[in-house]
Amino acid sequence: MGKRKKCKLRDIMEDVGIEIDGQVESDSESEEDEVKDKRSKKQTRREIVRANRLERKKSQKNKEENESKEEENCPQQSRASRRKNHRMKRNDGKKGGGERDKKASSKDEKESENKEKKTNMKGKEEENKQKKGRKNSASSNSSNSSDEESLSEEELAMLMEEVEQKKKLISTMRNKPWRMMKKLSVLREAQAFVEKFEGALGKGKGKKLYAYKMMMAKKWVKFKRDFDNFKTQCIPWEMKIKEVESHFGSSVASYFIFLRWMYGVNLVLFGLIFGLVIIPEVLMGMPYGSMPRKTVPRAEQATAMDFSVLWDFEGYIKYSALFYGYYNNQRTIGWLKYRLPMAYFMVGISVFGYSLMVVIRSMARNANESTADGDDDNFVFSWKMFTSWDYLIGNPETADNKFASITTSFKESIVDEQESNKDENIHLRRFLRVLANVLIICCLCGSGYLIYFVVKRSQTFSKMQNAGWYERNEVEIVMSLLGMFCPPLFETIATLENYHPRIGLKWQLGRIFALFLGNLYTFLLALMDDVNEKLAEEDVVKNITRWTLFGHYNSSMENSTATPAPLDPADVPRGPCWETTVGIEIVRLTVSDILVTFVTILVGDFIRACFVRFMNYCWCWDLEAGFPSYAEFDISGNVLGLVFNQGMIWMGSFYAPGLVGINVLRLLTSMYFQCWAVMSSNVPHARVFKASKSNNFYMGLLLLILFLSLLPVAYTIMSLPPSFDCGPFSGKKRMYDVIQETIELDFPLFVAKIFGYVANPGLIIPAILLMVLAIYYLNAVSEAYQRANAELKKKMQLQREEEKNKRNNKASTNSMMQDLEDLLAPSTKSESSPKQAEDKKKDSPNQASPVGKQEKAEVLNSSPIAAGRRAAFIPPPHVLVTRPLTPGTWAPYPQPRQPWPGGRPMGPFPGRGRGQPRYIHPV
Amino acid sequence: MGGSSSLLPQEALGEYQELTFLNKQEILLAYKRFSELLPREQRENACSVRVPKSQILTLPELRPSPSRQANPFQHRICHVFSTSEDGDDSMSFEDFLDMLSVFSDAATSDIKSRYAFRIFDFDDDGVLDGKDLEKLVNCLTGQGEEARLSSIEMEQLIRNVLEESDIDKDGTINLSEFQHVISRSPDFVSSFKIVL
Repeated sequence: MGKRKKCKLRDIMEDVGIEIDGQVESDSESEEDEVKDKRSKKQTRREIVRANRLERKKSQKNKEENESKEEENCPQQSRASRRKNHRMKRNDGKKGGGERDKKASSKDEKESENKEKKTNMKGKEEENKQKKGRKNSASSNSSNSSDEESLSEEELAMLMEEVEQKKKLISTMRNKPWRMMKKLSVLREAQAFVEKFEGALGKGKGKKLYAYKMMMAKKWVKFKRDFDNFKTQCIPWEMKIKEVESHFGSSVASYFIFLRWMYGVNLVLFGLIFGLVIIPEVLMGMPYGSMPRKTVPRAEQATAMDFSVLWDFEGYIKYSALFYGYYNNQRTIGWLKYRLPMAYFMVGISVFGYSLMVVIRSMARNANESTADGDDDNFVFSWKMFTSWDYLIGNPETADNKFASITTSFKESIVDEQESNKDENIHLRRFLRVLANVLIICCLCGSGYLIYFVVKRSQTFSKMQNAGWYERNEVEIVMSLLGMFCPPLFETIATLENYHPRIGLKWQLGRIFALFLGNLYTFLLALMDDVNEKLAEEDVVKNITRWTLFGHYNSSMENSTATPAPLDPADVPRGPCWETTVGIEIVRLTVSDILVTFVTILVGDFIRACFVRFMNYCWCWDLEAGFPSYAEFDISGNVLGLVFNQGMIWMGSFYAPGLVGINVLRLLTSMYFQCWAVMSSNVPHARVFKASKSNNFYMGLLLLILFLSLLPVAYTIMSLPPSFDCGPFSGKKRMYDVIQETIELDFPLFVAKIFGYVANPGLIIPAILLMVLAIYYLNAVSEAYQRANAELKKKMQLQREEEKNKRNNKASTNSMMQDLEDLLAPSTKSESSPKQAEDKKKDSPNQASPVGKQEKAEVLNSSPIAAGRRAAFIPPPHVLVTRPLTPGTWAPYPQPRQPWPGGRPMGPFPGRGRGQPRYIHPV
Repeated sequence: MGGSSSLLPQEALGEYQELTFLNKQEILLAYKRFSELLPREQRENACSVRVPKSQILTLPELRPSPSRQANPFQHRICHVFSTSEDGDDSMSFEDFLDMLSVFSDAATSDIKSRYAFRIFDFDDDGVLDGKDLEKLVNCLTGQGEEARLSSIEMEQLIRNVLEESDIDKDGTINLSEFQHVISRSPDFVSSFKIVL
């Protein structure tokens, strides 16, 4: 019993980092006595003693850890301690692991350490020692008297605990800021220990089981590690992205990571659509030419294979499995009785479902990562200073850019700090901003109208037979051109506004987003007009078809009594099939978008870079530094393009299942193409664009686009009747009827009944109400949390400021340090004196004469500068003088044991600076 | 790949995986790159040989060039990670691995900030004082004369930094203060990285 307690206590003490050398000594002695007593009986006992020795070693190790911590804190000392380590190692080598000697040497060291320890620490330690001593004697008594069995069990438990500890140590070793050599030796020792004693644990049957379990655990760890290795090997383009990263920094790489993520999502969508819709249809559905909807009409057959026709996605491509119209409304196909219409519908829904889930999940993950929130602007300057260098940059040109941007950001923030908004001509600026916004709104409206006009015109063109190439592709060309020229135009207009670059960038992004969105929706509205027209047309065609078929059968009945030859599917008149039309429009838009993107990269980046590079030798001004220069990699533009493209894919994938395949190809090529273009012909963006903050912004855009592209699709599915002669839902009133049909025909009756109840408005309305209530409740809860968070933050800040104030006054505590410093080698003095000078220099704007800290604070208090943000930090004057020196107030400060200020001229404080210096400064 | 992996013993590989934030491929790659820095006759026992600082600096992320430099902290990084006893900042393979581990993706913010502190602590006295900060700013703003901040700006900047992060008001920033600041920064972990 006592043993365990002791062990625990020892553990605690080890945790606290208190040396227990003397106690360990006595402890081991008592244990050895025990061993002498029972040597004949217990074999494992000896091992346990050895374990204890090992543990002692560990405590030594822990001490080393402490040392290393201190090493972190004050490397001056680190030299010394490192030397100490060397000495120790030499000792080890000499004595060949002689237990006693080692202990002695370590004890020496510990004692010397102890001397350096503060007095209060010592007192505590001594107290502990005494306690230990008492415990020790008690435990030895009890262990002598208690029976063997229980004792061994306890020791086993102890051992087990220790083994667990070692294991924990092994697994967390990599988090320790040690040198590799030390880590290696510690690891080996720990591993040896674990291996040795793992087997000894458990007894009888339990022993085997335990060993087995341990073995499995080890295997499992190894497997996991291998699997992780394998996984990282499987991530595509890792090296490519790293290459880009090392040239352009992390912000450009974030675009490529986004691109890769998008590729992954599209690959899944592609798998869904191809695996569940296209391949079953191709394999098991009716073959090409067997039905009117799967046959090119007679009138088009002559030109159906021409490239120009195929390029417009007409001809054979239009009547292929890539588009909605090809699918048959047969309820089941093939020997599998695959319910294709049902699958088509469900896949269409699950594409959206999966995308929503993935986007939201990754948003949530990003939000989690950024909970270390950068929103408090307490550390503007410190962050700029400590975290602005991007260590990935390996390219001197990029490094130059980075230097420049860091410098400007420093200067900017200094200027911001110095002059608080002096707007002398606010009216002019306001006028300019209003003007700029008016201009941009005009642009947006104009582009919207232009697209509407063009789509309308294209409908008349499509009725004309001999339309030229331009007339057929007018919509796409106009949209791409708008997308190409409007953003620069916006940028030009935005210079009128004279915003801060960061705000300007946001406006710019918002405007481009509005432009794209407006264009897309105008396009959709125009398309919707088209669809309505087609729907009207369809009614007429339906009658014609019926009459044609009727006529055909009548005539064949009249001509011969034999069974009539069926009408050739190519001859059957058919409806316009608006779904396929929509699909084709979107596919064409996507393809032209891809082409424009690639051509822009080729011309705008590559050709320009070539021109600049090679014409620079024979030109009148410096092309590289002057006007054309090299293109920047426009991260935000590229991301927006990608996001919109994805929106188009989502919108079109229901009506053109092949679209996702095209997109997968596009992303694949653009990965390689853009990587190449970036490496060969771009310079990084001069504007600092923080990758971590923008990530969720992109995701937010993606979510918005997803939602916006879901709307039209949902609308068409829910409220427009499907075409009567094409697509998997032909013949039904609405597309979603397919679900009802499946339930009624394929499920047992009671399921249909349940479904009927569930679909009952009496149930749906309460459910919606419930959800609304839940949302309201969660919202309220999250708001409360946010408030609590803000409150805590405020509290923390207050505490911090209070702490600062206290520190301000308590410079006198440094007297101990002062004493210490007197004992140090002269080199430290020379080191500290410039520090003093530094302090003085820092003070100089506020005051002329060099004074101590307290006076400085006072001066600060009275100085006019203090009116601003400094006001909060300044303590009331009376506290300054009368504050008593209380060591207890050190406690709340996170690391109280390391005040190491530059030497300040303070009066000596009796009774504080006792003892030797903690380390000797290497001269 | 196969050749270099056979040179690095299997158990050492396992231990390195246990002790660093690197995975197998990264360690092997590091080994390859490291042995490439050595002269040919020493390649056999790359684990035990030290590579002089001038060789280490030829790695792209640390590469110096006469007029411009890619990484302004190259010398500091070498100095901090070197275990060399005669102070020539040469590196053994294990030092090299240590460095890559700290600069890897998986390393925790805590350990990264510890080493960042030591890199920024130019005079190795355990605190960042005004001088260290001044040197740091000079490193960050590059070597061009026109890029330098004026002395007034520099003072202002250092004063602001100290005001923000020097909690105990002793005129210097110590490790815990530094970590406090760094832990709030959203960008630190993503930018304090070096990949081979």
